[in-house]
Amino acid sequence: MSVKLVNISKIFGDQGNAQKKVVAVKDVNLEIKDGEMVTLLGPSGCGKTTTLRIVSGFETPTTGEVWISGKMVNNIPPNKRDTSMVFQSYAIFPHLSVAQNIGFGLELKGWEKNKIEKEVRKIMEIMEFPELYNRRPEQLSGGQQQRVALARAVINKPSVLLFDEPLSNLDAKLRVQMRMEIRRIQKTFGITSIYVTHDQEEALTISDRIVVMNEGKIMQAATPIEIYSYPENMFVADFIGRVNFIPGKIIEKREKTLLIDFGICQKEFKNRSGEFEKNESVIIVVRPESLKMSSSKKKDPHCIQGKISKLVYLGPTIEYEIEVEGLSRKIFAVIYNPIEDGFFKIGDLVNIDFKSIAAHILSQKDKK
Amino acid sequence: MNYKKWFKKSSQEIAFIAKDPILLLAVLLIFGSLIIFILYPLCKVITVSVFSKGQFSFIVLKDVISNWYFRQGFYNSIIMGTLTSIIGAGIGFLFAFTLARTDIPFKKIFHLVAIIPIISPPFIGAMAIIMLFGNNGLITSGLLGINNFKIYGFRGLLFAQVITFFPVAYITLRGVLESISPTLEDAAFDLGGSRWKVFKKVTLPLAIPGIASAILILFVETLADFGNPLILAGSKFPILSVQAYLQITGMYDLPSGAALALILLVPSISVYFLQKYWVSRKKYITITGKPTASSHKVVSPAAKWILFAFCSFLAFIILLIYFTILWGAFAKVWGFDNSLTLDNFKYVFSVGFKAVTDTLIIAVTSTPVAGILGMIIAFLVVRKKFPGRREMEFTSMLSFAVPGTVIGIGYILAFNNPPFALTGTFLILMLNFVFRYIPVGIQSGVAILRQVDPSIEEAAVDLGADSQCTFKKVTLPLMVPAFFSGLIYSFVRAMTAISAAIFLVSANWNLMTVQIMSQVESGRLGAASAFSVILVGIILLAILIIRLILNLFYGNFGGTMLKI
Repeated sequence: MSVKLVNISKIFGDQGNAQKKVVAVKDVNLEIKDGEMVTLLGPSGCGKTTTLRIVSGFETPTTGEVWISGKMVNNIPPNKRDTSMVFQSYAIFPHLSVAQNIGFGLELKGWEKNKIEKEVRKIMEIMEFPELYNRRPEQLSGGQQQRVALARAVINKPSVLLFDEPLSNLDAKLRVQMRMEIRRIQKTFGITSIYVTHDQEEALTISDRIVVMNEGKIMQAATPIEIYSYPENMFVADFIGRVNFIPGKIIEKREKTLLIDFGICQKEFKNRSGEFEKNESVIIVVRPESLKMSSSKKKDPHCIQGKISKLVYLGPTIEYEIEVEGLSRKIFAVIYNPIEDGFFKIGDLVNIDFKSIAAHILSQKDKK
Repeated sequence: MNYKKWFKKSSQEIAFIAKDPILLLAVLLIFGSLIIFILYPLCKVITVSVFSKGQFSFIVLKDVISNWYFRQGFYNSIIMGTLTSIIGAGIGFLFAFTLARTDIPFKKIFHLVAIIPIISPPFIGAMAIIMLFGNNGLITSGLLGINNFKIYGFRGLLFAQVITFFPVAYITLRGVLESISPTLEDAAFDLGGSRWKVFKKVTLPLAIPGIASAILILFVETLADFGNPLILAGSKFPILSVQAYLQITGMYDLPSGAALALILLVPSISVYFLQKYWVSRKKYITITGKPTASSHKVVSPAAKWILFAFCSFLAFIILLIYFTILWGAFAKVWGFDNSLTLDNFKYVFSVGFKAVTDTLIIAVTSTPVAGILGMIIAFLVVRKKFPGRREMEFTSMLSFAVPGTVIGIGYILAFNNPPFALTGTFLILMLNFVFRYIPVGIQSGVAILRQVDPSIEEAAVDLGADSQCTFKKVTLPLMVPAFFSGLIYSFVRAMTAISAAIFLVSANWNLMTVQIMSQVESGRLGAASAFSVILVGIILLAILIIRLILNLFYGNFGGTMLKI
């Protein structure tokens, strides 16, 4: 196990004013496998950056243990830890050239000059920017600074590579390009990585595993597909992508399925976890793109029916908001390929349907 | 925070720095030297004033306060400080406003002219005024034929003080005005304001905190000033700093001198801290992100040329002053025979050359020490946590607030006897300069460190550097430009200092400024002028050399970082 966090908590401001105490991280337990790329994802202030800085050693946890490569490192200062960080602001040394920046860590290790130069050239070759070797930091674009910061971290072959929102200062197009590059380099060297971001798309595309955090706690840690398709609670479901929550009640528990009543209609679902009981209140999680819409001529007991209250035409897709009697939240639907699947107007009455495989059932207990 | 918590926090911090022995040693050494060379002399001034014959008593203070002549000195000092600061800040504001907000020609020249008084001895104005308006003055007796014009006293001193100190206000206020985004003025225009309304309702209110702080800074500087009043005040218009000096060097009355120093200290310190901790907090910051170019629309063409005329007049007076000194240095006998000669320089090189070398040795040795110490204190204060961090900053900035006269008296009281018998040595002058000018280094160091993203240092630590290595390889190189600009400033101050140094010079170690003063007092204005020309020449040369070094070694990086 490359990185292990055991019961990590961090409370800020406990020395001075007791009222200013802030619990930044609470009871975090996390294990990261060798070569795995794990993303810490969450809204600002959720404790993801603090967790990263605890791994790097810049913050000491109030309680709990940090293990790196099988060693407890709580008392090891950041300069002695086998981690390298890519900073949000890149933190390129402004008084050193690109080559000197990248070779900084090797120089500290006491490498010989020509060995450093060879290694620096090699990594710049792999990262495909050898032409920047003699440049000064102020002559670099944002994307180039990002590459230098990454090369400077990777060249030390750390056991763990840490990324603190590394792409947040780049424009949208460059961000997409750089995240592929980061993933490519990470895979090339097989370095265990922790990546902090608040951008869910970035997290979904780049990670082996996503850890969703909120208010200092881990809400769910799973692969991108699991996080998106089978969120463990409403926070995760709501934070990643857009989502519909439809409340219902289990009226019958069959062998492998559940019959759920929405008050408007009834539907049969697969009981994936097997944990549910009869008469339990549940919430059905359905993504907007899983919804099918059709003109409603007559009442259908297997369909939710509603009236279109808003539509946004985006070219390849149309987004609809549908008011459904008996539901407090409007249903949000995205229709791809609208030419084939039909246009609707505001005020149209529509049937909304979805395959039960596309739905995920949450117990009311998992509301948070 | 209660005592227990404070204790807990402090012991945690002590335990933390104890892990880093070099850091601990540095903190202890700095505290030790700040106590000995800043606090101890000040305490001496206080104790000597409130002890009489080994007993605590207010007799000395009472005597001094009940003395009519000393009271007059106090009032005069306060009045002079108040008027100089208001007029000086007003002129400084107009000058700064013109240069920052209009597109008049010769801006660069105006700026350079306004800088000259800052880099020259503060009493040059007084000297030139005597040479221009005195009994044998070039203008009064030479041009106008008036022989008994009274320049000594209130009028002459006020004129000299305003000319000497308005550049300080100009520099401060130019920074203030340049940090007010012109887009705010554009916005006010856009909303339908007239030029005058925009100035009155937007520009001026935003600059008010800056103006207030300039007034207070000028007040402290004028109150502390010693050279101009010594030359110009005369006996009918006594000034406190001069009185304290005369009590000690003329009457050998140390307790009264100390008591006067104490009386001088109180208003200086209170106004200084009023400025630092209250007024300077009220500054507005309106430029965030991309700076916008000034649009020059605030001023109408007519107003622009009036301001141009005003600046030209001011520049003319300053140039006249320096031209007078230059001419005086080459004139046979100023006022009687103004034809050119090199005699004055011959005199300086034969009689007073030791003062030149002494001054240079002291300035060259004290400024780097002050600069490095200032950088280290700035680093500790901004980046490290240890108990007494604020106290360290406070103590080291104290010498900005304390008038030189008070420090000088404190030093002769403190270092006359063992264990610190330093009177008459090179060391007392050097240490005095070091501890008087560390605030310069600290300020520029703190400013640059606040601009350096802490993650740059974290990156070095992350890559395996310990704290000394990070300081040496990353922090220090980043502070180099600030270090040099601090160096220029403290070198200038060390070369031109007089108020504290005049108490500390001796036959073995003399200073050019003190020499100039004694030449003026004995009426040899030509020699005084020659000394001044050499002094200003050395300063200009030193600035040039430091600039060249910076460009040579840090051209690339210094260029981008120096614009602070």
